[in-house]
Amino acid sequence: MAGPTLIPAGDFRTSYAEDTTVFPTRTGRNAMIAGIVLICFAPHVLGEYSLSLLIQIGIFGIAALGLNIVVGFTGQISIGHAAFFGFGAFTSAYLSNRFGIPVFFCIPLAGVVTAAVGLVFGLPAARLKGLYLAIATLAAQYILLDFFARAEWFTGGSVPASAEPFSIFGYSLRGDKKYFYVVLAYVVVCYLLVTNLIRSRDGRALIAVRDHYLSAEIMGINLTKYRTLSFGLAAFFAGVGGALYAHYNQVVSNEGFGIDRSIIFLAMIIIGGLGSIMGTLMGTAFMVLLPESMEWLSVALRDSPIDQFLGLKNNIAFLREMAIGIIIIIFLVFEPDGLAHRWRQIKAYWKLYPFSH
Amino acid sequence: MNTQLLIQLLVNGLVVGTLYGVVAMSFVLIYKATQVVNFAQGELLLVGAWVCWALLTKYQVPFWLGMPITLVFMFIFGIAIQIVILRPMIGEPIISVIMVTIALSTVFSALMKWMFGVNLQPFPRIFATQHVNILGLQVQTVYLMSLAVSVAMMIGMAWFFRFSKYGLAMRATAFNQQVAQSLGISVKSVFAMAWAISATVSAVAGVVVAVVNGVSAGLSAYGIKVFPAAILGGLDSVGGAVLGGIIIGLLENFAHFLDSEYLHWGNLYEIVPFYALIIILMIKPYGLFGTKDIERV
Repeated sequence: MAGPTLIPAGDFRTSYAEDTTVFPTRTGRNAMIAGIVLICFAPHVLGEYSLSLLIQIGIFGIAALGLNIVVGFTGQISIGHAAFFGFGAFTSAYLSNRFGIPVFFCIPLAGVVTAAVGLVFGLPAARLKGLYLAIATLAAQYILLDFFARAEWFTGGSVPASAEPFSIFGYSLRGDKKYFYVVLAYVVVCYLLVTNLIRSRDGRALIAVRDHYLSAEIMGINLTKYRTLSFGLAAFFAGVGGALYAHYNQVVSNEGFGIDRSIIFLAMIIIGGLGSIMGTLMGTAFMVLLPESMEWLSVALRDSPIDQFLGLKNNIAFLREMAIGIIIIIFLVFEPDGLAHRWRQIKAYWKLYPFSH
Repeated sequence: MNTQLLIQLLVNGLVVGTLYGVVAMSFVLIYKATQVVNFAQGELLLVGAWVCWALLTKYQVPFWLGMPITLVFMFIFGIAIQIVILRPMIGEPIISVIMVTIALSTVFSALMKWMFGVNLQPFPRIFATQHVNILGLQVQTVYLMSLAVSVAMMIGMAWFFRFSKYGLAMRATAFNQQVAQSLGISVKSVFAMAWAISATVSAVAGVVVAVVNGVSAGLSAYGIKVFPAAILGGLDSVGGAVLGGIIIGLLENFAHFLDSEYLHWGNLYEIVPFYALIIILMIKPYGLFGTKDIERV
């Protein structure tokens, strides 16, 4: 069996910097750059619908990345991520409506404000861990949702808050085709940020807290600081994702930030692979396309006996929900390391082909 | 001050609280025996209630026959969940186990909505008289029944753990799995039995709630209310869970009283348990009767 990274023979690493480089091989880096350049042409090639799916993958991918910091890298459990996502959305809309701050600045600001809220709810992490922490975040989810329903000055209450379209230097970017580039830029920046974070001292501290918190503490890592920090970071990315979501839909309603969305976020990182940065994106793509594939399935089976027996067309919403649950169970039982692991195996297989042992 | 309303709400709280207590008890039972946090507890209530409802209305089975069939079904259902889904998860990290139960809850709630729809369905009437007059208070018969059933289940559970051989085996397993196994207790069957008993007890609670309020997807909310109750009592204390449930039920209704009389914030009773949960976790994370988790290096 091949190791996690396959490096061509004769390629030695002689310094620490080389060992922690983002792309271990030149081909990998070139492929990544080529991929980003290629996806820049997507708005001109793809239809409206596929483009909206891509934008969703980008937005949710950023939020899921935040969750992966707290769950995958720090080993804490958060069941309230969607509430932070929603908080970011409302904050960005509020900032731009109330204070007239350009949307360009609103999005990172929303991230910062959400990070502050995340730190507050991360405070239980100072004392609690594992299971107790999971239950505390569950409470955070309900408390924040209740806050959204209550704080009409902030969210507009039952009337959805409107969010300005994205603009930069007075030039407004309307429509999916232009907004796609905004999301793409944010995805690239956020993923680079997190990749570099994990390579840094703080990132290694987070991983140490996950792997063995007692040893980490003995080595001088401040557990409270890093546990709380990871919640703040997670909330930051959730906030940025939420803000992007708000300005994409240009309206923020109270719907869609509930516990079911939190479960979907968790599903994204579990399917992608806990503690894998590119896996997060794969998992997000999977979870965004899964409900769509259920739609295709119901269309394909229309008027067939199965359809008539199960009433697929009318119950498509429940079919989607069930598919999410079943997929999570299947992945946890059969592929706990997620798509990222499978992807590495596929790469290793082709590299070694035909000598796969 | 509206004393009449206060008393009415506190009685209400006691009734709902004992139900929370029963559900929390079955939640703690699973946690204690198998170290699994069951996020699908509310869905066990839901499944039990829907099965009983379907038997009674769709198949016109009388209640005295429908109820035992429901209980037998839930018993087998609990064993099936444990064997098929949770047995492969033994030894996996806690996040995986939690996620599996969360996923189970998603699957069951969606399946129930698919099979029975999203609308509230009234339960067929079981009692002839609707109200009973106790000390000048009009108490609904179903409330009395609910209280009686809850207390009976708690006593039954206490008897089971204290005096029956199987209950002793379960306590031994909860205390130390390896020692229990070396003494000839089948840990596997204890795990399955914990799920079976928990599912059955939850189903009884589910049917009771259904008789009072009707059956709908909202019934699974009881599964979420379990967390404040179980944390307050201590996650691994069966008696604590009961007490925690009653306290949370009373607290909820007291908050409702304050809200409707003085504060007028609206919906306070729904969110109060979660604030209580956060406060308990900050002050006394192991609850009233939970064992402290002490680590030595």
